[in-house]
Amino acid sequence: MRIVADIGQCEGLGMCEAMAPDIFEVGPEGHVVIHDASPDESRRQDLQAAVDACPVLALTMQD
Amino acid sequence: MTTDLRRLVVVGASLAGLRAVEAARRAGFTGSITLIGAERSAPYDRPPLSKALLRADAPASVSPFHTEEHLRTELGVDLRCGAPATGLDIDHRRVLVGADRVDYDGLIIATGAAANAWPLGAGVPGVHPLRTAVDALAIRAALDAGKRVAVIGAGFIGSEVASAARARDLPVTVIEAAPQPLTRSVGPSVADVLTGLHRSAGVDLRVGTQVTEVHQNASGVTGLTLGDGNYLPAELVVLGIGARPATGWLRDSGLALHRDGGVLVDATLATRAPGVYAAGDVAHAPLSVFDDEVVRLEHWTSAAEQGAAAARHLLDPDTARPLQTVPYFWSDWHGHRLQFVGVPTADEARVIRPEPEQFLALYRRGDRVVGAFTVNGQREIMRYRRHIVGHAPFEDALAEAGAHDRAAV
Ligand SMILES: Cc1cc2nc3c(=O)[nH]c(=O)nc-3n(C[C@H](O)[C@H](O)[C@H](O)COP(=O)(O)OP(=O)(O)OC[C@H]3O[C@@H](n4cnc5c(N)ncnc54)[C@H](O)[C@@H]3O)c2cc1C
Ligand code: SF4
Repeated sequence: MRIVADIGQCEGLGMCEAMAPDIFEVGPEGHVVIHDASPDESRRQDLQAAVDACPVLALTMQD
Repeated sequence: MTTDLRRLVVVGASLAGLRAVEAARRAGFTGSITLIGAERSAPYDRPPLSKALLRADAPASVSPFHTEEHLRTELGVDLRCGAPATGLDIDHRRVLVGADRVDYDGLIIATGAAANAWPLGAGVPGVHPLRTAVDALAIRAALDAGKRVAVIGAGFIGSEVASAARARDLPVTVIEAAPQPLTRSVGPSVADVLTGLHRSAGVDLRVGTQVTEVHQNASGVTGLTLGDGNYLPAELVVLGIGARPATGWLRDSGLALHRDGGVLVDATLATRAPGVYAAGDVAHAPLSVFDDEVVRLEHWTSAAEQGAAAARHLLDPDTARPLQTVPYFWSDWHGHRLQFVGVPTADEARVIRPEPEQFLALYRRGDRVVGAFTVNGQREIMRYRRHIVGHAPFEDALAEAGAHDRAAV
């Protein structure tokens, strides 16, 4: 499982950070910084929540 | 999944409706899905309508979340656009679409909200609400033509239109009946700073006054007379006076409606009618995180969250849990990002940083923090959300703000 952010799309709205703060953070440039791009399978729900919560659809999950 | 439900019907083909469809398929639902929508187009995103789409360099059309082809083949949806539902029979589990009947085992109501009417300007060319792609393209064309702009209502959408006009260097006047913009959404002490953002961007903001007359000639609106007697020339008038739930089709259904017309649901989004859920801008739901205060939110993230949850709960009621929604919205004004998380109904809204370009206010109810409002606070807003969702004491949020300030210097 991998998580990919489209930085061109990301507007730094921060919902991903709200869903999984240890994995996502809005960085100094106002874009998402991914701390762990291949998290453990046990985090699937959190990641899906982050993908779904992003208002500009900047995040995708790849198996 | 523990369901013998075969026919899922979703009414309202926008964000909440689409998320319901996607969540149903993701949960393994293999029955039929009918998605009924009043608009001609497949579901598309609304926030860009008052932001990117009004820019001079914006694309000429609005692209949907998914093509109709994708909805039909990948998601297995029977898509019926341009066909508004006209009635609901909860006893026979049936949606009426004109003369057609669509039977359901499970129904999700996601008809959202429609722009409030403005009787003074009804039928006058050049007077536009802003709710749909069609509205946005008409407003964009008028901005392209360099029309003088008046915006009625200094809410979020009206304010974004004013920002779009100023970004093109067009003169714009915003007329607000209340003494300050957005008092209801952010509270009075915060409303002040918002006034400042508009004024310093060159918006002519007239508060505490109303339009008394709309002037027009053969080609459309030419100007407005205000309550204070002033005359304002304008060839484009944009209405930012709010929206009301689109539930005319439910009037005779027997479903419990709020006095504003919205659909009343419980904390799992279920109505009292069997197999019927509601989600998004149309729904009044209790906020479990905030003392079960019942609210109808008009925000992107909650509409998306509720749409998906309604589908999951409908398909598997045994696993339904109260949603832990924390309201959140953002808005872009004159190059500044405004963000609000939580609720503004508080005992106190304390301004922590008064500078309009890095503004921070925290909202206290009793001794807990219930809300945070920032301008250009992208790096910190979600930290306050964590305190809010955890019912943290107000002191903790204050400490967080202090820590953020120290890290910033
Ligand atoms: C211009 C604009 C800017 C916005 N900006 C932001 C923002 O920056 N941040 C934010 O958080 N939120 C923003 N929002 C709010 C956000 O877009 C809404 O919360 C969201 O669209 C709600 O989704 P929904 O699916 O519940 O309802 P809606 O998007 O209102 O969709 C309801 C759909 O149901 C259809 N419908 C209505 N009646 C019927 C019927 N009888 N039969 C069939 N279909 C019907 C409608 O035509 C519509 O397509 C904005 C909204 C607008 C209009
Ligand atoms: S939610 Fe989306 S837009 Fe917001 S920071 Fe995360 S990736 Fe970026």
